[in-house]
Amino acid sequence: MFVDLFLELRKARVPVSLREYLTLLEAVKLGIASYSVDEFYYLSRAALVKDERNIDKFDQVFGHVFKGLEYLSDIFGVEDIPEEWLKALAEKMLTEEEKAEIEALGGWEKLMETLKKRLEEQKGRHEGGNKWIGTAGTSPFGAYGYNPEGVRIGQEEGREGRAVKVWDKREFKNLDDSVEIGTRNIKVALRRLRRFAREGAPTELDLPDTIRATAKQGWLDIRMVPERHNAVKVLLFLDAGGSMDPHVRVCQELFSAARTEFKHLEYYYFHNCVYEAVWRDNRRRHAERIDTYQVLHTYPADYKVVFVGDASMSPYEIVYPGGSVEHFNPEPGEMWMRRLTQVYPKAVWLNPVPEKYWKYTPSIDMLSQLLEGRMFPLTLDGLDRAMRELSR
Amino acid sequence: MKFEGTDSYIATEDLMVAVNAAIALERPLLIKGEPGTGKTILAHEIAKSLDKTLIEWHVKSTTKAQHGLYEYDAVKRLRDSQLGDERVQDIRNYIVKGKLWESFAANEQPVLLIDEIDKADIEFPNDLLLELDRMEFYVYESQETIKAENRPIVIITSNNEKELPDAFLRRCFFHYISFPERETMEAIVDVHHPGLKKSLLREALNCFFNIRDVPGLKKKPSTSELIDWIKLLVVEDIPPEALKSNDMKTIIPPLYGALLKNEQDVHTFERLVFMSKRGQN
Repeated sequence: MFVDLFLELRKARVPVSLREYLTLLEAVKLGIASYSVDEFYYLSRAALVKDERNIDKFDQVFGHVFKGLEYLSDIFGVEDIPEEWLKALAEKMLTEEEKAEIEALGGWEKLMETLKKRLEEQKGRHEGGNKWIGTAGTSPFGAYGYNPEGVRIGQEEGREGRAVKVWDKREFKNLDDSVEIGTRNIKVALRRLRRFAREGAPTELDLPDTIRATAKQGWLDIRMVPERHNAVKVLLFLDAGGSMDPHVRVCQELFSAARTEFKHLEYYYFHNCVYEAVWRDNRRRHAERIDTYQVLHTYPADYKVVFVGDASMSPYEIVYPGGSVEHFNPEPGEMWMRRLTQVYPKAVWLNPVPEKYWKYTPSIDMLSQLLEGRMFPLTLDGLDRAMRELSR
Repeated sequence: MKFEGTDSYIATEDLMVAVNAAIALERPLLIKGEPGTGKTILAHEIAKSLDKTLIEWHVKSTTKAQHGLYEYDAVKRLRDSQLGDERVQDIRNYIVKGKLWESFAANEQPVLLIDEIDKADIEFPNDLLLELDRMEFYVYESQETIKAENRPIVIITSNNEKELPDAFLRRCFFHYISFPERETMEAIVDVHHPGLKKSLLREALNCFFNIRDVPGLKKKPSTSELIDWIKLLVVEDIPPEALKSNDMKTIIPPLYGALLKNEQDVHTFERLVFMSKRGQN
């Protein structure tokens, strides 16, 4: 039936499961998509895709899998295929026996097993179909033949029918992996890094403990607990160099979101790579520098470190003493990165440069290696991955 | 029994297919989309067009899954026991039914709306898995199993504030209400403001889509804002000419406060208008 669609979707990393596939078959059996490609497209989208970010992927796969549509009408012409014949085929999708089989099978595991077997069977059948439609070239009949497209021929829309257009429009492209990153979205992503703990002055009434203590003492014994706070501590290092200028907006948003989300947030600026000194105030960067050793000694190892920078520089700035573009550094940046990651095992690097360009800049690769691959793009998806890594 | 939109709700074809699939297979339908594209209204309209009762369950950040099933009112029972009330013997008198129970117990198949499921705690959808899948749950206090007489049509809306667990998603149909195109928009406005002057509608829509195209807006105006704005335009009797100009960005549309809800957006918009005006002079 639609095994190809299912498998292609899995290949395209759209998370579809057997359960959803079965749902789709059940819906087709019930005649929800009454033999029109558009309706079948909408139905399979509603049944198989559960996240708008995946709709674009789905559109592409659907277009790809059902690409053979045109060929069929090329061969047969519109009149050649009797509609009843197509309908009969469509009904074949789930035979009565098959349906009874599903119902008869109680357990999920057994169902899975049978389904697997059935999928294998189908593969065979569908290959046969392929042979049959041979002249069509790319279109194996098993995938396309049964279903909607046969019907499309039956419809009066002709070959250029709107069918393909619906998914070829790819309206949901923008939603794919949402590069659009706003303060609110960042906050939602940062929430992954929550660890609530009660610390500080007791200000809230602890009802269960009060009841317990009262029962034990025999008089009213009020117990208080501190309020619940996000106890995660974050140390943020921001690159404030010239090459970061195009990324100012996204960094600002990240910064403002991080500031409200974490109660314990400390931040420092650096230029290109961290050396022996960092600073708190960009306007007074040359006057008020803070020794990096001091930072290392001030904050305990349970702080999580986030570097934000494009990591795009000359490799000398990382490897050689005196490589820095701003000043003479007695020790290479590499050394400082090692010290930082040794003290703070939970460290990630967020890079606003799109991931696909990373391989063209050797310094990005070097820094990524220094962080053992924990470099993530500064997109929602990347941020999400980075936060997962930190909270691991 | 098929949902085909109503005279006050324009449903696109893909939405209709999704709704009908959910009804036929008796699975929940998860609706996502930009705020103001009519997610919640959809449940109202389905109930209206299929002539069913609507049971609404609005989820808040403190809502627990248990609230939808039932709550046991121990305080009331304690008080009744001290007053020697007869009812105290039967624990069932103190079980307060939740919305889910209410929908399960209904005589006719109802429409159950679980609104803004993403507002609740991250575990909330997981706690409802079995209840929504099998449409039954167990009441520990009275030791009985409540099973749905008629599986309700369940509509769930989400604003994407939290990701929903996979196991939950697998059990649902999903539809993303994308922002309507111009033609759909015209149909929607027509449904809400029948008999609107063609010229006013055209200019208002031009204006609206232009504002949506302004780069850098934090909250783009959506359908519900457009409808409010047109209502204001009609009430204030603004002539279509006031909305008209060669380049829409050269004038600030009247009553734009109905469209832009964020002072930063108003500021951005005014600055753009100012800049383009200066460019012309």
